Amino acid sequence: MTPVATPFFFYLLSGLAVLGGVLVITRRNAVHSALALILTLLAVAGLYLMLYAPFVAGVQIIVYAGGIMVLFLFVIMLVNIERTVKERQFNRIWPVGLAASGALLVLFVSVLVKGKALFPERGLPLPEADNTQKIGEMLYGNYMFAFEIASLLLLVAILGAVIMTKKKI
Amino acid sequence: MLNSLMSYLGSSVTPGEAGNQLWALIYVLIIFTGVSVAVIAMNWLERKALAHFQVRLGPMRVGPHGLLQPIADAVKLLLKEDIIPSEADKFVFWIAPLIGLLASFTVYTVVPFGPSQAVSDMNIGILFMLGVSSLGVLGIVMAGWASNSHYPLIGALRSSAQMVSYEVAMGLAVVSAILMTSLNQTGTGTLSMIGIVQAQQEQHVWFLFKFFPLGAIAFVIFAIAMVAETNRAPFDLAEAESELTAGFHTEYSGLRWSLFMLAEYAAMIAVSSIAVALWLGGWMRPFSHWLSGGAWDFVFSLFPGLTFLGLAAIAIRGTIRMPKHSLFRIQTIGLGAFAAVLSGIGLLLLGIAVGARAGDHVALARSADALNNVYWFVMKIAVFMYMFIWYRATWPRYRFDQLMSVGWKVMLPISLGVLIVTAIVGVIVG
Repeated sequence: MTPVATPFFFYLLSGLAVLGGVLVITRRNAVHSALALILTLLAVAGLYLMLYAPFVAGVQIIVYAGGIMVLFLFVIMLVNIERTVKERQFNRIWPVGLAASGALLVLFVSVLVKGKALFPERGLPLPEADNTQKIGEMLYGNYMFAFEIASLLLLVAILGAVIMTKKKI
Repeated sequence: MLNSLMSYLGSSVTPGEAGNQLWALIYVLIIFTGVSVAVIAMNWLERKALAHFQVRLGPMRVGPHGLLQPIADAVKLLLKEDIIPSEADKFVFWIAPLIGLLASFTVYTVVPFGPSQAVSDMNIGILFMLGVSSLGVLGIVMAGWASNSHYPLIGALRSSAQMVSYEVAMGLAVVSAILMTSLNQTGTGTLSMIGIVQAQQEQHVWFLFKFFPLGAIAFVIFAIAMVAETNRAPFDLAEAESELTAGFHTEYSGLRWSLFMLAEYAAMIAVSSIAVALWLGGWMRPFSHWLSGGAWDFVFSLFPGLTFLGLAAIAIRGTIRMPKHSLFRIQTIGLGAFAAVLSGIGLLLLGIAVGARAGDHVALARSADALNNVYWFVMKIAVFMYMFIWYRATWPRYRFDQLMSVGWKVMLPISLGVLIVTAIVGVIVG
């Protein structure tokens, strides 16, 4: 079986992801931004597939593109869009954003320069066929404790949301 | 090109696994045509069956018994003026039906019509199906918002809330079926659609009857959730015509509207095929273990031909009972020709089945096998499609808060409970 992970697909998918990301921050209309974000999330799911991580790609589509973004759109649609388009942005946090993106750039450049020494020459040969089974063994075997703690945190978050919204329980 | 066409014929895996793009493309075209024709047939059947449920005749004028009505409708929709409301968001309005259509047709990549009769077999097959079919709601939400009108927006909001709620129960029901696939020697299950059907084949039981009644409860949960997921009656609140005119597609007309209809019916077939593959044994024929052996195999392989001959018999009966008046002459000839075509197909299928039994011709045996697999899968889907019509004719629409409370307070706890009990029973038995 020939690998599909050709450079062409990598550049196509990452190009789409970057395009979507740029659209998210440049569109004035919140719904358009949300739709661009969906494009980015789907492109990232494609990148996961290229890394032979089909399970992560599938979960990315279900959870982010199918679940969370639908809820995003649900909320945005209830907001009065026309007013938000006209209003000027009131928070001035661009120095912080500039600093953060500068730090990220330094990180990327340093990885590019020193990457050879930090990472192994070739990635581990990941078994695509039983990728999901391996993830299951890892989550419920080696990292059981961390996994359970994460689910407990989520449960607390759900309870908190219910308590905050319900007046009478 | 001819070489790559012929080289696949001997293999017993899907074209996607064999890496044969040409055959994958052929399969895609076959499935696309098949689903489109099925949607057209379903359109006619739904109008006709609903009419008979209500003791009406339904379409009768266009062709004998209205058989050509869907074609007339399609021509009408293509020729209709395409209206985009002036205040609508043009781009989102334009792309929304396409996204719905794309989501519902992409799912068919992994539908297992047979052990090698699928475009591809993915390691994450069922996750892919659930994920991509959940993208279909984006089309509805975008359509509702882009129309810039009240009823479509309410329809879109209802639809998104409903989808997100019922997806949870649906996913948990699916997980309890996937748990059952791990009850083998190695102890590892699978998410691949073909793998799930093969697990049922190895365990000699449809998952519907596994750990009775656990499998059946999970199946019922899925069967309810899938009606809600496809926005069909009695959960069609997103397009409730008595409350919201036509819901999210109120502002759509002509071709764009028909794309929504196509997407809805294609999604119905897709979710039915998930239910068939997970609980009803996929391509396996009924009683494949109980009534096993070459003789029974032969008896069941006659079914495809007999089905077409049965349809031909109905058409012949209609031809004979047609009024003997010169006005009905063309209709009588048309229905007779339809009956002749149907019986021709039936005789051909019977010939393939008998030929595969009589001689030891490899190609004939393989094609008979493929025919049987596809036939049983499609017949099981057809049962679900009829059920969709039946629900619509039988049950009144839910109120929205009732819908939500059923989804969260009844279906979710039951599916969680079934999942836990299935896991416990699986550990004890397996």
